[in-house]
Amino acid sequence: MKPQNLQITAAAPDPALLDLPWDVPLEDWPSEVLAALPRGISRHIVRFVRLSGRVIAIKEIGESVAYREYELLRQLRRIDVPSVVPLGVITGRRSPTGEPLEAVLVTEHLQFSLPYRALFSQALRPDTATRLIDALAVLLVRLHLVGFYWGDVSLSNTLFRRDADRFSAYLVDAETGDLHRQLSPKQRAYDLDLARTNIIGELMDLAAGELLDEDTDEIGIGDALVSRYTELWDALTVAEAFAGDERWRVAARIEQLNNLGFDVDELEITTDIDGTTVRIQPKVVDAGHHSRRLLRLTGLDVQQNQARRLLNDLDSYRAAMDRQNDEEEFVAHDWLRTVFEPTITAVPRDLRRKLEPAQLFHEILDHRWFVSERAKRDVSLPEATASYVENVLRHRPDEKALLGLAPGEVQDETELGPRGAGDELYG
Amino acid sequence: MAEHPVGQGTIALQQCHSRHASVSNDTRHDGSSGTYLPVEGCFIMATVTFDHATRIYPGTERPAVDALNLHIEDGEFLVLVGPSGCGKSTSLRMLAGLEDVNGGHIFIGERDVTDVQPKDRDIAMVFQNYALYPHMSVADNMGFALKIAGTPKAEIRQRVEEAAKILDLTEYLDRKPKALSGGQRQRVAMGRAIVRQPQVFLMDEPLSNLDAKLRVQTRTQIASLQRRLGVTTVYVTHDQTEALTMGDRIAVLNAGILQQVGTPREMYDKPANVFVAGFIGSPAMNIGTFTVTNGSVQVGAATLPIDRTIASNLDSNRVTLGFRPESLDVVDASTAGAFHVEVNLVEELGSDAYVYGSLKDDVATDLHAGSTDQLIVRINPRHVPEKGEIISVAIKPGQQHVFSATSGERLS
Repeated sequence: MKPQNLQITAAAPDPALLDLPWDVPLEDWPSEVLAALPRGISRHIVRFVRLSGRVIAIKEIGESVAYREYELLRQLRRIDVPSVVPLGVITGRRSPTGEPLEAVLVTEHLQFSLPYRALFSQALRPDTATRLIDALAVLLVRLHLVGFYWGDVSLSNTLFRRDADRFSAYLVDAETGDLHRQLSPKQRAYDLDLARTNIIGELMDLAAGELLDEDTDEIGIGDALVSRYTELWDALTVAEAFAGDERWRVAARIEQLNNLGFDVDELEITTDIDGTTVRIQPKVVDAGHHSRRLLRLTGLDVQQNQARRLLNDLDSYRAAMDRQNDEEEFVAHDWLRTVFEPTITAVPRDLRRKLEPAQLFHEILDHRWFVSERAKRDVSLPEATASYVENVLRHRPDEKALLGLAPGEVQDETELGPRGAGDELYG
Repeated sequence: MAEHPVGQGTIALQQCHSRHASVSNDTRHDGSSGTYLPVEGCFIMATVTFDHATRIYPGTERPAVDALNLHIEDGEFLVLVGPSGCGKSTSLRMLAGLEDVNGGHIFIGERDVTDVQPKDRDIAMVFQNYALYPHMSVADNMGFALKIAGTPKAEIRQRVEEAAKILDLTEYLDRKPKALSGGQRQRVAMGRAIVRQPQVFLMDEPLSNLDAKLRVQTRTQIASLQRRLGVTTVYVTHDQTEALTMGDRIAVLNAGILQQVGTPREMYDKPANVFVAGFIGSPAMNIGTFTVTNGSVQVGAATLPIDRTIASNLDSNRVTLGFRPESLDVVDASTAGAFHVEVNLVEELGSDAYVYGSLKDDVATDLHAGSTDQLIVRINPRHVPEKGEIISVAIKPGQQHVFSATSGERLS
């Protein structure tokens, strides 16, 4: 066997990577090493593998493209864009007969993430599509704000995580992307138009596979992305002018942006010479307003809407305890110790891992509202937790590493065969 | 399943001027040989003109594309080629509307599109999205963008069938992509662009994501398909082999500046400057700068005369000389104009063999070929010298290229 001359480029390489069968084309990797087969549609061969207690995604791709995407994903991480974590690039692979094999890009599988196909193939709330589109619009706006042109926006290049009663979207595939200093309106328009076309195509595909409700209006959903994106972009960037005595509108604009989940890092304020007109325009806005506030108060690092939900509960705790005049930090600390943590620990350990703690807490709060209404009394949080565990969580699929399979769907043994079975990868 | 090479046989696509003109059903495909009878297509044809088109990125001084002047004919396949960072992709994106034009204009046909939105330019980026949808039929995979645009069903089917004929996918139209081979899937992706009947196809390094085998196969398919469709196409690549094999004409860019435009043959035979000479051709041209003494230069042991008109008009006493590996004949050591090369390595490619060697009796020249500082000689693969052996070679008459040592411009 001719030795391979593997080159691993990684910030913190995991030595266990070396044990994987790099001398075999990814397509032929034995089922023992695979966590599952992806079910999405990809132009490349992708496999999921368990490694040192986590799941990694491995994609075979040309060497220069692999390095490029690796660097791009690292840059996106650095500027805090929700995206998958790149682990490294491996080149110099050879088969035992000495034939060169394609380079691979290794990324960390995003825990608790849900591919859109899995979401649509469950019997979900009818507004799932809308919520996914909202999440994607937020992601696209965030990417465009930092100057990232995606070039292939689609549902399959995105992963979704539950975020309280909504979803958060994460960029998975940056292969076609480009980071610019700033995007021109034409670049944004084109990226958005591509997104619309791709999403409608993906939904039409689900419809063709009878995985989508018959009444779904695919084009309407694609159009919704465009309008959601435009609304959000305008709210975040449009300049407004008002009379000099209407200064409250500055604070109102900032509050509006906060409500959308954004902080304003830089607001340009200009007045005309005699000060009769004030013009304001947000220059730098930063997503994660609620997440940052919760992190500062409690040390909990969760997604935007989960944070909003937790903060709301914190506020009602503060009111119920009549501690409006106490330091917010102290109240938050007590809330964490006496409300949040006991609720999570009350969930049996084996069931607790099915959802992220913040998501679990959100669902328990929802459940509490639901059982309270049914019982026509205020059900306590511990009681609601017990009911939630027995009646809901126990029957929920484990979403920690849902690798492209619909919840409850059994991995078909034949799909782990060498090729051609099931929903394999095309293109 | 068998791959039919697309585009064997001669095809004459008749142009029609009405976008939605009907297509006659007179095409027959002889499935056994992959040849076609003429198809009547209907694509609106257009020229593309870059008129002093300039792109300067904010915060940079040097333009990424500097006053590009380039006219692409109706139906022409033009390849933009050059090293990384030369401005080729930027030029393409300017045409697509994805980069602002800071100076000059871009025309598609007679229409100034400099300020037109990308989606209103009537262009198609081919292979932009080649993920196929598994639950949709091949026909739906090709036609879904038309469905989104509200094109009537019958017309979608007609355009899809027309494209499928050209792509040799007719028999797969109602199947799922799973049934297709890798090459056929690439063709479905091309079909997506074809059914839209754009005025111009744009392709930005479309093969860079494919494995080596599929790359060569798809290269051939794209080139022959383009000729069959006759749609004006602008293709970007960093690979000069790809450029030479695919383009009707090639435009070489370097550092944002257009170096030369011409047919592959012109670029190869008469490179306009040292950059093009070194960039086009594989293995690369041997290039060195020599001092001119009494109208001649000293290449190793050989004294080679420089054309008198050139020698008398030099702006310095130095000149850059280039000769391709195949422009050298292995000769007897005593032949006039022979110089000697010590063999360091022989690269055998079956049909050809190349000697990588060092020039003997060298008088401090910077002779190099591409990235190697060795001299490359094509030799008869049946008579391969040993490593360490010294061979004598001479430049074939008329096959040396002379460039100004100061400007790099062609003199011969």
